[in-house]
Amino acid sequence: MNTLIDKIWESHTIETIDGGPTQLYIDRHYCHEVTSPQAFEALRQRGLNVLRPAQTTAMPDHNIPTHDQDKPIIDPSSRIPVETLYNNAEQYGIEIYKIGDPRNGIIHVVGPEQGLTLPGMTIVCGDSHTSTHGAMGAVAFGIGTSEVEMVLASQCILQQRPKTMRINVEGQLGKGVTAKDIALYLIAQLGTAGATGYFVEYAGEAIRNLSMEGRMTLCNMSIEMGARGGLVAPDETTFEYIRPRFKGSDAEFEAAVEKWRKLPSGPDAVFDKELTFNAADIEPRVTYGTNPGMGIAVTGNIPADATEYMKLPAGKPIAGTKVDYVFLGSCTNGRIEDFRAFASIVEGRKKHPDVVAWLVPGSQQVARQIEAEGIGDRLRAAGFEIRQPGCSACLAMNDDKVPEGKLCVSTSNRNFEGRQGQGARTVLASPLTAAAAAVTGVITDPRTFI
Amino acid sequence: MKQKFDKITSRCVPLNIENIDTDQIIPARFLKATSREGFGKNLFADWRRDADGNDIPDFVLNDNRYCGVVLVAGDNFGCGSSREHAAWAIADYGFRAVVSTSFADIHRNNELNNFVLPVVVSPKFLEELFKSISDDNATEVTIDLPSQTITNLKTGSVEHFDINPYKKLCLENGLDDIDYLLSNLEKIKAYENEKK
Repeated sequence: MNTLIDKIWESHTIETIDGGPTQLYIDRHYCHEVTSPQAFEALRQRGLNVLRPAQTTAMPDHNIPTHDQDKPIIDPSSRIPVETLYNNAEQYGIEIYKIGDPRNGIIHVVGPEQGLTLPGMTIVCGDSHTSTHGAMGAVAFGIGTSEVEMVLASQCILQQRPKTMRINVEGQLGKGVTAKDIALYLIAQLGTAGATGYFVEYAGEAIRNLSMEGRMTLCNMSIEMGARGGLVAPDETTFEYIRPRFKGSDAEFEAAVEKWRKLPSGPDAVFDKELTFNAADIEPRVTYGTNPGMGIAVTGNIPADATEYMKLPAGKPIAGTKVDYVFLGSCTNGRIEDFRAFASIVEGRKKHPDVVAWLVPGSQQVARQIEAEGIGDRLRAAGFEIRQPGCSACLAMNDDKVPEGKLCVSTSNRNFEGRQGQGARTVLASPLTAAAAAVTGVITDPRTFI
Repeated sequence: MKQKFDKITSRCVPLNIENIDTDQIIPARFLKATSREGFGKNLFADWRRDADGNDIPDFVLNDNRYCGVVLVAGDNFGCGSSREHAAWAIADYGFRAVVSTSFADIHRNNELNNFVLPVVVSPKFLEELFKSISDDNATEVTIDLPSQTITNLKTGSVEHFDINPYKKLCLENGLDDIDYLLSNLEKIKAYENEKK
């Protein structure tokens, strides 16, 4: 009780059905083209309207190509869902950031950077990585399409109240260890169902020291250990991130900050479960299997449960494994800080000639900042190409598909069979580790370059 | 879609694999349709068919010894992506219930919202059920929602399963959450006014 999660949950509870779910009021709803068409269709079939269109923001991200975005999408199976989203947004008066709009990008990158995600909010989207927005101190979680319909029709959702868990990461991270490595470490420790039924608050010195981008990376992957969502208490780092993005006057911002300061879990807060880890135990991480919990330190040997699908030799060091593709991007690691990190390793080096590298900014704004900071020029000089924003090879719904059997070191969030293309083999890693692979052509400890 | 659930007796389709993610249940490239229908033909597409589109004979959905409307699966069923297409594929294929030792949260809700019943059983019950099906592919289970019990008709083992009373009422009566929420619009507006 008296946790950050409880405070937000209770202040948004309209009623609790006896022995059943909470009717939870939703402050903000994000909508993309894959999980919303059937919800709008169901509204039409029932003759319903969108109750609060101003609280929904829509943008296509999953299907969009990462090149030639000024031209129509060639593949009709990708074009139709995008056009359907445009039509639905227009019909119901929902704000939409279309392809090419300077605000377009991956929904979980765009929401925070446009100042739409704020502390203390309840946020949902038909996408499991909605947990990303928890980095701002919001209760944010992924929902199914029937639930999207509920939110459109009533601005509410019926949801079983989650249990609460606090994960403390104490101490300081070592050189070359990032938020992504914390996430992969925690998922390996807890397993892919270790937090099922829970909402997780991340705390401790190592978390407090993370930038907002780092916190978003960490919260993003909460779902990979089964958690409903993950969040970090808002603090000065949060407020400084929001200040230039806030849609309101300075006085309104200061008043909001005063409210947000009351959100963090009290000293008397009681969690259903509490775990503590040491930052010093975390090394740069990679996965070797077909779920995000199957991970090891980059210095480790491939475990005996390595799957047949991954074709990696058990017992051998994972470092030195040949890499065919590198993907930098996604709602996990497609932010400016991730591109800075990647470029820091590439500095003074060239892309390995055998590696195909896809560098995909998480949003138009990230893409502009990459160029403004000169990162784009430096990466191009090293043999890389910067593509246009979108979800891209994280789930390969557009044409960025890793071919069968090829191994991709990816900064995305899932290494499931076929996730990046039929038969593609995915190794999840941080942007630093991905960059080290891109310049050497093999899985490499990024600390050798720092 | 709204199909009332009361009591079913059926043979089982066994899928003794843990952590089955929704990318396996329905791969992303099949998520492009804008209606809810027709996903069943691509249920477990990449386990069911090879890259050339030919059936993989030893996958359970291609094995005609197994049939029925109950899917029996390993722990943590439906993890990963929130895609409701996974629940639509399961329902469209004809499954009415999925039995496992646990379900990922979002997918469990998605099944319930599509009138597919997720039945959580103990590891002992699941192990025995897999063994019964392996010994006799005609093994049947009875899933009785009113009494919240599942019975392995091969061994006679009975187990109680949990479901929250609200969802039970919805399934028994063919009602969904929208029906409930729309009946509560005044309270929603009152909440908004109070917050202003």
